[in-house]
Amino acid sequence: MAEHPVGQGTIALQQCHSRHASVSNDTRHDGSSGTYLPVEGCFIMATVTFDHATRIYPGTERPAVDALNLHIEDGEFLVLVGPSGCGKSTSLRMLAGLEDVNGGHIFIGERDVTDVQPKDRDIAMVFQNYALYPHMSVADNMGFALKIAGTPKAEIRQRVEEAAKILDLTEYLDRKPKALSGGQRQRVAMGRAIVRQPQVFLMDEPLSNLDAKLRVQTRTQIASLQRRLGVTTVYVTHDQTEALTMGDRIAVLNAGILQQVGTPREMYDKPANVFVAGFIGSPAMNIGTFTVTNGSVQVGAATLPIDRTIASNLDSNRVTLGFRPESLDVVDASTAGAFHVEVNLVEELGSDAYVYGSLKDDVATDLHAGSTDQLIVRINPRHVPEKGEIISVAIKPGQQHVFSATSGERLS
Amino acid sequence: MDWFIYAGDDPGHKLMIMLIAMALFVLVMGLILFIVDRPANAPKWLVTAGFVGPALLMLTVGLLYPGLDTIRKSLFNRNGTEFLGLDNYVRAFTEPQFLLVLGTTALWVLVAPAAATFLGLVYAVVVDKSRFEKFAKALVFLPMAISMVGASIIWKFVYEYKPNTGAVEQTGLLNQVLVWLGGEPIQFLLQRPLNNFLLMVVLIWIQTGFAMTLLSASIRAIPDDIVEAARLDGLSGLGMFWRITIPSIRPALVVVLTTIAMTTLKSFDIVRTMTAGRYGTSIVANEFYEQSFRQNNAGFGAALAVLLFVIVIPIIIYNVRQMRLAEEVR
Repeated sequence: MAEHPVGQGTIALQQCHSRHASVSNDTRHDGSSGTYLPVEGCFIMATVTFDHATRIYPGTERPAVDALNLHIEDGEFLVLVGPSGCGKSTSLRMLAGLEDVNGGHIFIGERDVTDVQPKDRDIAMVFQNYALYPHMSVADNMGFALKIAGTPKAEIRQRVEEAAKILDLTEYLDRKPKALSGGQRQRVAMGRAIVRQPQVFLMDEPLSNLDAKLRVQTRTQIASLQRRLGVTTVYVTHDQTEALTMGDRIAVLNAGILQQVGTPREMYDKPANVFVAGFIGSPAMNIGTFTVTNGSVQVGAATLPIDRTIASNLDSNRVTLGFRPESLDVVDASTAGAFHVEVNLVEELGSDAYVYGSLKDDVATDLHAGSTDQLIVRINPRHVPEKGEIISVAIKPGQQHVFSATSGERLS
Repeated sequence: MDWFIYAGDDPGHKLMIMLIAMALFVLVMGLILFIVDRPANAPKWLVTAGFVGPALLMLTVGLLYPGLDTIRKSLFNRNGTEFLGLDNYVRAFTEPQFLLVLGTTALWVLVAPAAATFLGLVYAVVVDKSRFEKFAKALVFLPMAISMVGASIIWKFVYEYKPNTGAVEQTGLLNQVLVWLGGEPIQFLLQRPLNNFLLMVVLIWIQTGFAMTLLSASIRAIPDDIVEAARLDGLSGLGMFWRITIPSIRPALVVVLTTIAMTTLKSFDIVRTMTAGRYGTSIVANEFYEQSFRQNNAGFGAALAVLLFVIVIPIIIYNVRQMRLAEEVR
């Protein structure tokens, strides 16, 4: 790809009413195919606010989205994440105007858009299956919204070509979507959003139809493109890795209820409840419920003390304890706080290795990590134990998470 | 042998012949397939011949031979004794009465498929996702189940005329309505060119259900997210219909149009039943029957049949092409 001469990147400056007129002008070249190049141009940006937004599907009792309160900053990349059916897509579609809001309000900037038509919300959406119009060329697909809005042809062409350049689609502009690969279609869908220069980008699992390798590649490209454009983006995914790697902040939903909002670091270090603890992190956190006796719990052979203020304020005599596979150290059997794990399986990833094992001398019956009922320990891949071997592990100081056994809320 | 050929008017006798014929068919086909399957490693050509052979044979005897024979006959006079060359065709394209038939046929092909498709499409869009969808669709689809002759008789009653003498009650629905409104009854089927359109109504009535069913399925097949993307892009109502719905179902539209066009060209029954081609309502399919079996002009009838065949060919080719295209898009 040739170097871009200065000035070619300008997108219709006369269209700008933005506080934030242009983004980085200097770094502008990347030779590799399919790479999102930086763009200069103007995008009107806005905050997004969900104010007790509720969606109840007709014929159902339980709200799909239950009084969602969420504020997204100007230019922020927020990831909505959760298991399927948690209401994340519904939330996004409410913001898009594709779902009715049965209660509460949604604001874009200062404007209440709760009852505004989708086309008037100044948003652009990237769909999971891309939703490209099969009977239109790539260029027509990308410029369609502008055409409907009555933008002059020359300007449409200019903006489409500009976006195509950013997305490396120039040579495909005259093709029909069916003549494109999955990755190219995904980029056309992105292009369609960019061309509109909206206040907010909405992305509904845009990577889930790509193969694993392309997904990882595109993930970084979208994230860096968003940083360069600086457009407020709401991104829906069920993949917590995507959430952690892409988002400025992450909002975890479950059963229509917002569980926690925070930076990836906060979500990982201080999960607000058992659900978030189990959902964020891969492999999943080891979580078990234990009986508290004399201010401590019995994990296998180990007696682990619980912080005194927590122990004294418990509403039952049980507590839920969580510790990540990477929070465990392999130690001598005699070390204080060590418990023993029988190795069932070792998963080698090259950089790491994970032991899947069962806790010896178990008193708690429900110790599990994610969907497995085994204990997961990250170990040095250079010293991998044999299957059937018994290793002793201890939780690194301060890396245990304590939750209420009744409410699931974080206590520590 | 006579027992098999002359059944007379005895229904039991006819039934027996039919059963024997069916048994013979099963026996012969079974025998062929059995023989083909017999050798452990039957050569491929034998298996192929065993399966395709009988069908090809039937097609040759039942379709190819009569087809070629019809073409041959069309070059001869009324009883096949004298070779006329292309005279029969020249006659069809020059004599005013047959030019009228060709014109009427063209009118049918232009109007009936377009009207049926248009009505079916509008109905499919209007009824889509409404509360009475199933019932409403069944209502429009029902005429499909009625034979062309049956439908024609029903509509002949609708158009029925009786002079308005006061004592006579109108049996025709349309004329009764006219009388109620204080008008004079009209001899609908005698009014050219109106009668042609009234005859087309019967075909449209039958074919709208077909168009509606196919187009409705096709509209349903438009992915939701494309419709949603279009909504976000600012489309709604008619804009959505013209820019998204119509382009998305274009292949189905063409298939429906051409299929009905073919049916129209062949719809001899309606004309035969309602007017027998009189009052300027004859179309090629009817005229071919008229000439062959009523005027006993086998040569000229055959020429009309060939003409019909030639007119249908391009429509079929276009139809098949579009169906292939439709499959490609999917």
